[in-house]
Amino acid sequence: MAEVPGGVERSLGLVETQRVVLWDEHDPLVLESGEQLEHVAVAYETYGELDADAANCVYVCHALTGDAHAAGHHGDPARRGWWDNLIGPGKPLDTDRLFVVCANLLGGCQGTTGPSSVDPRTGRPYGLRFPLCTVRDLVTVHRRLLAQLGVERPLAAIGGSVGGMQVLQWALDHPDELGSGLVICASARLTAQNIAFSAVARAAIMEDENFHGGDYYEHGVRPDRGLSLARRIAHITYLSEESMRAKFGRRLQHDGEPLRGFGIDFAVESYLEYQGESFVNRFDANSYLYLTRVMDYFDPLGDAAAAIEQLRGSRTRFLVLSFDTDWRFPTQHSREIERMLIAARVPVTFREIESSHGHDSFLLPVPEYHRTVAAFVARQQPGGAS
Amino acid sequence: MRPDLEVVAGMVPVGSRVLDLGCGDGALLAHLIAERGCDGHGIEIDGDDVLACIAAGVPVSEGDIEDALRDFTDGAFDVVLLSWTLQTTRRPSAVLAGMMRVAPVGVVSFPNFGHWRLRSALALQGRMPSSPTLPQAWDDTPNIHMCTLADFAALTDSLHLRVRERVLLGSDRGPTGGLVSLRPNLLAAAAVCRLERTAGAAPA
Repeated sequence: MAEVPGGVERSLGLVETQRVVLWDEHDPLVLESGEQLEHVAVAYETYGELDADAANCVYVCHALTGDAHAAGHHGDPARRGWWDNLIGPGKPLDTDRLFVVCANLLGGCQGTTGPSSVDPRTGRPYGLRFPLCTVRDLVTVHRRLLAQLGVERPLAAIGGSVGGMQVLQWALDHPDELGSGLVICASARLTAQNIAFSAVARAAIMEDENFHGGDYYEHGVRPDRGLSLARRIAHITYLSEESMRAKFGRRLQHDGEPLRGFGIDFAVESYLEYQGESFVNRFDANSYLYLTRVMDYFDPLGDAAAAIEQLRGSRTRFLVLSFDTDWRFPTQHSREIERMLIAARVPVTFREIESSHGHDSFLLPVPEYHRTVAAFVARQQPGGAS
Repeated sequence: MRPDLEVVAGMVPVGSRVLDLGCGDGALLAHLIAERGCDGHGIEIDGDDVLACIAAGVPVSEGDIEDALRDFTDGAFDVVLLSWTLQTTRRPSAVLAGMMRVAPVGVVSFPNFGHWRLRSALALQGRMPSSPTLPQAWDDTPNIHMCTLADFAALTDSLHLRVRERVLLGSDRGPTGGLVSLRPNLLAAAAVCRLERTAGAAPA
């Protein structure tokens, strides 16, 4: 955490989500699949000031259910952005020196065009008629936003989980562009187990009686039960056994004797239910389908020789991090990325960070993790030797 | 930079692709990258040293040397360095074989346990010796596989490796010569050896 003498932590104050239209009917977004989107709006936030050379920009790629509100607050200082512990004055992404940008992903539901947006051709929400996107498409949108903000070469791009996938794809496709890439508990290729979890989560949504083939918007209902179940399944994979044992153990939700029925009896059951319920109030079920599918198909290093060729002469310096208790994307996933970068002679630093919090660790202020990010990013300062 | 690291650096061709096993705070790699135009990568198990490498802009992988070696393909590097680290490895012979698999050239520096100061301490006092080059007590040292210059020569022979160059070091870890080269196994405190595979080397 950012400590200053006197012990007062400095953080960003009030911030605002902004929205910009990046593609319209005169200039549609052509996706990797060849399909087109005639209107793409993007919600984003920025922190810190862009310097005169536009050389101090760090782009934050969010994960599956993140949004543009990465740091600061929207009016209630107690409710802060999802990466507020990492971004702010004196923090690892130091907004006293850096210009930090975070935008909601294409296909998302927090201000950026996605399946819940209205299709201008039909006047109805897209639903499952929204085109399937790829990680490359997500990066296309990031780059157009940065161009709009006057940034051609970000000092760094950073992301955890599917955020790290975006960083990797960005560096592969545009080897001259990123000064550095921070790829945290990510994967270059989902395993059968990963896809299986996503498949069950999607099935929970699509088999909900309120799903209506993705057109639930027009029926005035939402597949909340399915989305809640999907979130609960996924949430288990974000935690470690160790952290669940420490947080809940076999503790009961109620005082006294166990109820011995099929209702909520254990504390962990109550927690998961809360996670599911609060999630459905902020997330669209179709976005969940689309963004999990983006991850399933991601395989940029599948053709190793081609990937190495793409990376040859890259100017990007990488930091690849994993967490030892992460079983969603275990260290092996990060090591595959590291080995490929070494084989392509791209400078890469790898660490496996000790943390009991599993995949979720990337969102938490794990001291050694933050020290590592801070040291790496400080090294990439404009004007600093690198 | 430490004088023994200067000697090691001098054996690394300009512009080569270098792997440094047990790279510590990255001082040697930082020098090779900045002064000799090398592509460098380090392996280091100590977290604080890894952070120091990051702060110095030296690419490094945190982890165990033997695990890391297994991950690299044959000939992935031009030169592999093992400076002051051989004696800390669990299986020195496997490490040497592994490093000469991933690169045609290896540079190894190590303390000589045959040095007279160590021999005499053991012979006269009957206690595990220490010296300016090996200051730690026997129960508090990372050095678990000490060898003499003669032992090292026997090991390289058995692995079909040729010592193409050897620089003897004094107690200050700086290069030394003269009398020392008459009886190196008795008089040198340490050595730096540049190794190459011979035709008889076991296939990778």
